[in-house]
Amino acid sequence: MRITQGAFSFLPDLTDEQIAKQIQYCINNGWAVNIEFTDDPHPRNTYWELWGLPMFDVKDAAGVMFELNECRKAYAGRHYIRVSAFDATHTWESVRLSFIVNRPENEPGFALERQEVDGRNIRYTTRPYAANQPEGARY
Amino acid sequence: MSTIETAKPAEKKRDRYSAGVMEYRKMGYWQPDYEPKETDVIALFRVTPQDGVDPIEASAAVAGESSTATWTVVWTDRLTACDKYRAKCYRVDPVPNTPGSWFAYIAYDLDLFENGSIANLSASIIGNVFGFKPLKALRLEDMRLPVAYVKTFDGPATGIVVERERLDKFGRPLLGATVKPKLGLSGRNYGRVVYEALKGGLDFTKDDENINSQQFMHWRDRFLYCMEAVNKAQAATGEVKGTYLNITAGTMEDMYERAEFAKQLGSTIVMIDLVIGYTAIQSMAKWARRNDMILHLHRAGHSTYTRQKSHGVSFRVITKWMRLAGVDHIHAGTVVGKLEGDPYTTKGYYDLCREDFVPQNLAHGIFFDQPWASTRKLMPVASGGIHAGQMHQLIDLLGEDVVLQFGGGTIGHPMGIQAGAQANRVALEAMILARNEGRDILNEGPEILKAASRHCLPLRQALDTWKDVTFNYSSTDTPDFVPQVTAAE
Repeated sequence: MRITQGAFSFLPDLTDEQIAKQIQYCINNGWAVNIEFTDDPHPRNTYWELWGLPMFDVKDAAGVMFELNECRKAYAGRHYIRVSAFDATHTWESVRLSFIVNRPENEPGFALERQEVDGRNIRYTTRPYAANQPEGARY
Repeated sequence: MSTIETAKPAEKKRDRYSAGVMEYRKMGYWQPDYEPKETDVIALFRVTPQDGVDPIEASAAVAGESSTATWTVVWTDRLTACDKYRAKCYRVDPVPNTPGSWFAYIAYDLDLFENGSIANLSASIIGNVFGFKPLKALRLEDMRLPVAYVKTFDGPATGIVVERERLDKFGRPLLGATVKPKLGLSGRNYGRVVYEALKGGLDFTKDDENINSQQFMHWRDRFLYCMEAVNKAQAATGEVKGTYLNITAGTMEDMYERAEFAKQLGSTIVMIDLVIGYTAIQSMAKWARRNDMILHLHRAGHSTYTRQKSHGVSFRVITKWMRLAGVDHIHAGTVVGKLEGDPYTTKGYYDLCREDFVPQNLAHGIFFDQPWASTRKLMPVASGGIHAGQMHQLIDLLGEDVVLQFGGGTIGHPMGIQAGAQANRVALEAMILARNEGRDILNEGPEILKAASRHCLPLRQALDTWKDVTFNYSSTDTPDFVPQVTAAE
């Protein structure tokens, strides 16, 4: 399967040129671009690991691409990597754009566990198959 | 008719309160020199008096009948600070190009209204006055709600930003679809549509306004099967998914029961219909806030009073009331789809939903600066007769903080519902990618879609199926201050 979190997961994997254009769009809007990675793709795993701090003062997509490539050297193939952009504008003050730029070669997906409880109610648990392994050894 | 004109100055005060009937304009409801206070609620009415009725008198009567007046003088006014409580009509302008109609600006002191109650506000402003005989027709066009009043409401239970955070979806419109056919599916079949649409790529599916608990599908069945579908689609995609479970019912007790069951099953969102009434809406918004639930509002019934320009209430007023009342989603028009919606007027609604400060913009039908004082943002929903081939127009017109709902445009796809959903999602992502790259999507849109369809057969099929479908009719509710452009291309 292919997890479809992020803004562009239904498109073919973005090229570096495409990624750089999106990053420049974010920078031009005054947003701080951030690189994050994880090997726990659960849809409610909010806090991916930070690759450094959001790049508040980087004005050129090339600077972010350099950091992205450093992150890739350390984690590509075994982790998901995403680019997020934070907008500090009053009444927003959150993420404006987020998209996956790297994913593990093999994505085994999720098990859906059902626990039958009272009446016809079911308690659902979504469990990434990869999460059976300890962090860092999942892909 | 009035006694005041023959009264000596020294007797003026007493004669204002002499028993009998007096013109409203002479009772203090017409004050052309009045400067509205920062804390006043201001209403703008389109007044169409009966033949022979003076427009100022008619407008003063509207001020009177929507505040303290009755048809005759009452001495008990004098037991009150009546000057404060009288609404004051301070300006009457002819409506451009519309002989016989007038815009009346009326200011209301804040003390006339109960804190945090749309029921109370609307009982005054659109109460008895709409049936007043000396008027042929009356329309509430806009209201300026002062910060002091805005702050007595909680506003949206969740709001756009927190909704996006909860769903983990940023930078693109959300995608939805209403399950079709609206009526007749069993719970089991209904859940099938939900599963296919969500797995295919939509973020949300939606109950329609009249899906409640009929013989063909009781509400508990629908909720149980829908949540099976939502969870299965979540596991299939790794994405948070939702379905608007319509909890509209005949009584508040039933609505609370349905809301609690939706929560128990882990739904992220529930929905209500506008026809349940302002108080029920505010109650459900409070419930949604207490229970971390997104609250979707379907504007069922609004066109009975919003559509005709001469009489009723403009949808921009309903939008303002609903942002105060605390819903998170509101259907606000598509422009290009099958339902009423002039592009400028619709832009006005979208601004009222999403901006923190909306400046006066007569071309968009916005008559007053409207401060929202950090009230959370209300997510507009575009639904009804739209399809993937219009993606560039939709994003250009409506922006990215919107739910685009392709019901027929998903479920009617020749290769099935998953294919329909995938087509919409690919079209959407391709268009956002292109927009962010700086491309002129309005003009290059068809080209961008065509390029995207090269790696997506379902999109190619969708474009072929619906390529020429438009609903190109004139709108009835258009701004009064610009040349009217209503065609959808």
